[in-house]
Amino acid sequence: MAWAGGAEPHGDGRGDKRPAWDNKGQYLLSCLGFAVGLGNIWRFPYLCQTHGGGAFLIPYLIALVLEGIPVFYIELAIGQCLRRGSIGVWTAVSPYLGGVGLGCLTVSFLVSLYYNTVLSWVLWYLLNSFQDPLPWSSCPLDINRTGAFEAECQASSTVSYFWYRQTLNITADISDNGSIQWRLLACLAASWAVVYLCVIRGIETTGKAIYFTALFPYLVLTIFLIRGLTLPGAVRGLIYLFTPNVQTLRNPRVWLDAATQIFFSLSLAFGGHIAFASYNPPRNNCEKDAVTVALVNSLTSLYASIAVFSVLGFKAANDHGRCLDRNLLRLLNAFDLPDQSISRDDYAAVLAHLNATQPESVARLPLEVCQLEDFLDKSASGTGLAFVVFTEAVLHMPGAPGWAVLFFGMLFTLGLSSMFGNLEGIITPLLDLGVLRRSVPKEVLTGLVCLLCFLSATCFALQSGSYWLQVFDSYAAPLNLIIFAFFEVVGIAYVYGMPRFSDDIACMTGRRPGLYWRVTWKVVSPLLLLTIFVAYIAVLAWTPLSYRAWDPQYAWFPSRQEKSYPGWVQATCVLLCFLPALWVPAVALVQQLAKRRQKQDTWQDGCPKLQEGGAS
Amino acid sequence: MLCLLFFLVTAVGAELCQPDAENAFKVRLSIRTALGDKAYAWDTNEEYLFKAMVAFSMRKVPNRETTEISHVLLCNVTQRVSFWFVVTDPSKNHTLPAVEIQSAIRMNRNRINSAFFLNDQTLEFLKIPSTLAPPTDPTMPIWMIIFSVIFCIVIVAVMLLIFSGIRQRRRKSKGPSEVDDTEDKCENMITIENGIPCDPLDTKGGHINDVFMTEDERLTPL
Repeated sequence: MAWAGGAEPHGDGRGDKRPAWDNKGQYLLSCLGFAVGLGNIWRFPYLCQTHGGGAFLIPYLIALVLEGIPVFYIELAIGQCLRRGSIGVWTAVSPYLGGVGLGCLTVSFLVSLYYNTVLSWVLWYLLNSFQDPLPWSSCPLDINRTGAFEAECQASSTVSYFWYRQTLNITADISDNGSIQWRLLACLAASWAVVYLCVIRGIETTGKAIYFTALFPYLVLTIFLIRGLTLPGAVRGLIYLFTPNVQTLRNPRVWLDAATQIFFSLSLAFGGHIAFASYNPPRNNCEKDAVTVALVNSLTSLYASIAVFSVLGFKAANDHGRCLDRNLLRLLNAFDLPDQSISRDDYAAVLAHLNATQPESVARLPLEVCQLEDFLDKSASGTGLAFVVFTEAVLHMPGAPGWAVLFFGMLFTLGLSSMFGNLEGIITPLLDLGVLRRSVPKEVLTGLVCLLCFLSATCFALQSGSYWLQVFDSYAAPLNLIIFAFFEVVGIAYVYGMPRFSDDIACMTGRRPGLYWRVTWKVVSPLLLLTIFVAYIAVLAWTPLSYRAWDPQYAWFPSRQEKSYPGWVQATCVLLCFLPALWVPAVALVQQLAKRRQKQDTWQDGCPKLQEGGAS
Repeated sequence: MLCLLFFLVTAVGAELCQPDAENAFKVRLSIRTALGDKAYAWDTNEEYLFKAMVAFSMRKVPNRETTEISHVLLCNVTQRVSFWFVVTDPSKNHTLPAVEIQSAIRMNRNRINSAFFLNDQTLEFLKIPSTLAPPTDPTMPIWMIIFSVIFCIVIVAVMLLIFSGIRQRRRKSKGPSEVDDTEDKCENMITIENGIPCDPLDTKGGHINDVFMTEDERLTPL
């Protein structure tokens, strides 16, 4: 295949040999760390809980087998084979597909911005966990020192107040930017400094850091699992949350969520896996790597959800107990019964008896309805799970600061290992393109990338930053990644050619791909991706673009107020959805124009050159 | 006669101390919640101690130093344990104003609590708000200390890596670079040929250039 000009194809475009992993373990851990991220902790358990418990595993596994593993294998194989980052790889497959690489780079950049902002929030919580009592355990006093607590804190809860007011200092509307929160800015700078420290020399430093960042979360998850299962109410919570409800599988939304979850869980189409695989020796069994990493990623999701559900079960049991206690206290005080004379189990019987004998007095009491299932049904995902629900659960565990430190330390290392993949997806293609001269060291490139990302991400440290982060999270990545993955599979299966790809794989792994791989690459995965793409657009078009704002002035505070985005924010959402994907047609068009001009030039130069027999 | 007087006194006392009477306060104790197994029973001796603590608090108020235990009246003691109390003046005809009693109790709340091994939540004076602890504003929040430590470590590590990288590069630029060049040439050939480094790794042999073959054939027959 002729080179259409462009960068030098060898090594990393700088004259040195291409860097390589110290050992296979580093490579596997890097891929695993990139795949296992915050979503495994706070997205998968939520999906399991809302989509019928154990029954959700059925569409999840089907999606894994038909879509996740095939696309993952393609990325690892093509990266290992062509030994280049995403831009180089797709330009090598076909010059018209070069836009896929550029698009992957753009999406990696956008995701790095907001992903590291979430990490800075985690870092803030981690820093605040080194004190007893934890700062989110009590309300601060009113500023006027009149003796009452802050009104906002009393109306909502201590953990919500700490999250929305003392951490984010959130405004009531996305168009109200507020001021920069210097605390969050400092944490953001620290997160980017840590990321820079780990990726400063590419995989040379990442490979060392990954040993800790990829393995520490598993250690903490195990500790939480053991502790969680021994907490009261945990097993009941586990049973309730995992009980399969097969009826939910009739809802097509469940299948769409399963397909998108497996897709984003494996971090496909970011270019990070291609970059990691490009540093492999050519002869390496990438088939086994792909299947292993994908399976371990899914098992980690399951493992994490057991730990999360047991803690949530404990929290629900705890909340239910305290609800009963509050009701009991009201009864004791109203009827002057001896202290501690009614146990929680006797509550129902005593209430019935009192209702029969003195119904008017009972009716006057503000008794709450305490149902354990209501507390168990309270689901949360994303930042709500980590910063509101889990922090409250941790408060009631003995030794709370220690558990908080472990939990946020785990979240930080999980996110950090995913950041490595994101940044390698940006840095490796740039190195291959040779954007900087050979004399400039790699540290400068990584430093410039980190600095640019940090400066761009400062907008998330504004008071409205959390709303903007939701915008980015919902619209920047999903659609674009599906488009790129579709072009990846189609590009390899049809443009590069299945026979040629099979030869490459035979060379690398020792045998040609079997029927399962060929069928999924040629037919199943493209169709599935196309279906997901169409379904996603349909869902986006049908649901109104809105967000839930935290407004203390709202009539039903502490419920979040549902507001729709202003026009310019909606335009930004649409832009984010499609702009990275526009690289594909743009580059294809440029290539087409360049080729046409080349043809014109050779035609205009005349026939003599052709007669010589040496075509250009 | 004495009996009549005693009866009169208690009758007057009963009138002064009544639920929701003027200047009366309700007290609620949760002894079992606070002490669990070590809970003591609430009897008349404990009531006597309570009256003594209230009288003690009132004696600390200026102009009320002559308050006696008999001036504190308790009534409506329930099983919960809750009761009402009032403090009368030396004539035992009227009760002292609620404001005075409130401030006196608030001043000595800690002493009263510890006399009964209880705290503000388990020994409740309804309508007397407890004084909250002043907020502890440390000069340097803990998170800032840990943040500075981590940040300094990271900056130092980055500097070390950058300087060691510079030193490594200086050493490499002085050493021989020819070996690298030949390796580069191999890679060059490999990739330029067909973009896939795998093919030439096949030991089936390389590609034979016909131009050279004809040259050899021309030379060999000698």
